[in-house]
Amino acid sequence: MTQPTANCPNCGAKVVFRWSGSVQTVCEFCKSILIRTDLNLEKVGKVADLPPSSSPVQLGAEGIFRKRSFVVMGRIIYEYDQGNWNEWHFVTNDGASGWLSDAQLNYAVTFAAQGQTLPRECKIGQQYTWNGQAYVVSTITKAHYCGVEGELPFQYWDKSDVVFVDLMSQSEKFATIDYSEDPPLLFLGESVEFEDLKLKNLRSFEGWS
Amino acid sequence: MSTSGPAPAGAPQVKSLNCPGCGATLTVRSFGNAVTVICESCHSVLDAQDPALRILQQFHASTDEDPPLIPLGSRGSIRGVLYEAIGFQRRTIQVEGISYSWHEYVLFNPTKGFRYLTEYDGHWNDVSILRALPELSAGGATLKYLGETYRHFQTVDAATAFVLGEFPWQIRVGEIARVSDFISPPRVISSEGSGEEVTWSIGEYIAGRDIWKTFKLQGEAPAPIGVYENQPSPMSSNVKKVWALTGVFLIALLAVAVGAYWMESDEQVFEQTFEFNTGAGGEGSFVTDVFQLKGRTSDVELTTNASVDNDWIYLNYALIDQDTGHAYDFGREVSYYHGYDSDGSWSEGGTTNTVTIPSVPPGNYYLRIEPESDPNRGLVRYAVTVKRDVPQASFFGLAALALLLPAGLMTWRSLNFEHLRWAESDYGSAPSDGSLLSTVESITDTFKGSEDGE
Repeated sequence: MTQPTANCPNCGAKVVFRWSGSVQTVCEFCKSILIRTDLNLEKVGKVADLPPSSSPVQLGAEGIFRKRSFVVMGRIIYEYDQGNWNEWHFVTNDGASGWLSDAQLNYAVTFAAQGQTLPRECKIGQQYTWNGQAYVVSTITKAHYCGVEGELPFQYWDKSDVVFVDLMSQSEKFATIDYSEDPPLLFLGESVEFEDLKLKNLRSFEGWS
Repeated sequence: MSTSGPAPAGAPQVKSLNCPGCGATLTVRSFGNAVTVICESCHSVLDAQDPALRILQQFHASTDEDPPLIPLGSRGSIRGVLYEAIGFQRRTIQVEGISYSWHEYVLFNPTKGFRYLTEYDGHWNDVSILRALPELSAGGATLKYLGETYRHFQTVDAATAFVLGEFPWQIRVGEIARVSDFISPPRVISSEGSGEEVTWSIGEYIAGRDIWKTFKLQGEAPAPIGVYENQPSPMSSNVKKVWALTGVFLIALLAVAVGAYWMESDEQVFEQTFEFNTGAGGEGSFVTDVFQLKGRTSDVELTTNASVDNDWIYLNYALIDQDTGHAYDFGREVSYYHGYDSDGSWSEGGTTNTVTIPSVPPGNYYLRIEPESDPNRGLVRYAVTVKRDVPQASFFGLAALALLLPAGLMTWRSLNFEHLRWAESDYGSAPSDGSLLSTVESITDTFKGSEDGE
């Protein structure tokens, strides 16, 4: 994998892209949010202090999902009335971009799904079928965008309130609709057990080995 | 170190904070995952996501009102994963004006997340949140999960009555949630919701002593009282196995019986007809000719056939080994009575009597016979037949009965257990689903019903 490099337009520090598909990254030194335009970088904002993370996942963590290894490269943090959760952006060894969400240590792996018709709004208990799999709306969460870290596959910054709709199924298949964009984004995947991801390069917790 | 991002600001640490209500030290054990934390000293319910620990609620309770059986902060392994007890609540329901309470413990592991233990009257369940939705039947009487059918047991409105420690959701004393339990012992699937949102969880019955062991608790786990909704019946899992095993043994027994009928020689070794003159008086005893009992030690069957008609003959027999003098003494009565009365014809007894003498070694034997009867009877004819090595159907019958006894007993105990279980449900009795257990159950209920009716 080639690793394109550039300099931060704000502080001049070297910025490395570990994934060629990255559209956005955050300067490690000055926390500027940088958008890639060809080989130039444009500063679009600055990340405020992130809330203390209690996720065991961090940038650089490596794991395995369905026999494909992946590396965690970025994250988006959301806050809602029950705390915050992380959407960790990962890239697989064959170059696919996916998401590992950690919501109070409940984990799900999803990938962006294109070409599906999505409802304008949902109610709890409503059922939808995508790719032959039936999903039922289980939670609707009003969250607000709290911060970003690392490399992302699209521009994601300066968001305010976002509505997320989580859907469960009778298997462990899992779906999320992200209403921050118009049209909304659909992510399909499954709920996973932490140890099934065989994660490495995790954070350690004081008092726990 | 990874090149992609800044180093995280050190390892997450257990936070020590001060309660804004009373100033007491608070320990937050689940790092940033706690949503609510409760001060043990002043019972303030605090917003754990707020750096200032905003007070959300205060409730009145004496500090030692409800001490958790698993002290918060203790650690134990559940299914191979180490967890720390971080939260505790008591939930109360009202059934026919009576309050019932159970306790729930929040367990935490920094990577695996949250898990729960529930305790009611010494019965424990290991509970985790479901990641897939169960398939509820149309009427809501059953649900299916991972191919297993769960039966609705009860639906209650549970109020949170007491809280301590940390919770990964916003908890308040007085909050009411509707809880429905569906059972397939040893498992229970529960739905819980206070509004539109429903959370599904699965619990598995776990012995209190296992919790005492892994959390290294003092003393002994309190003995469970009664039968709990998803308590595995000490019998039911074994009942099927025992019946299967009993079936195998019965087939084996049948094979042996058939084999025995084939093998046993059933050989007639002696037959003679005698006459007894009842009026003759004096010593009526005599001995027969010697006959040979061959083969191995086996049974001997002696049949007496007497021409009695509204009278009787009693025969004192002795089967005597000619060489050793060993005698088998026994007496047989042959009596036959019949007649007519107001109820019609009647009869009693018969003209034939058969007796089996077990385990007679081979050898040369003779019979000593001493007949008795009514002195006025006159001449009685009787035939004596001796057979060697006769297959005994009654032996196999007894063996079959002995085999059926444990299975029958276990089935009865299992039914009794199910009866006690379902007596606590919304239905008061076990559901009828056409299965063997419920069929027998309904039969016994019918009997009980008819008894009550009389």
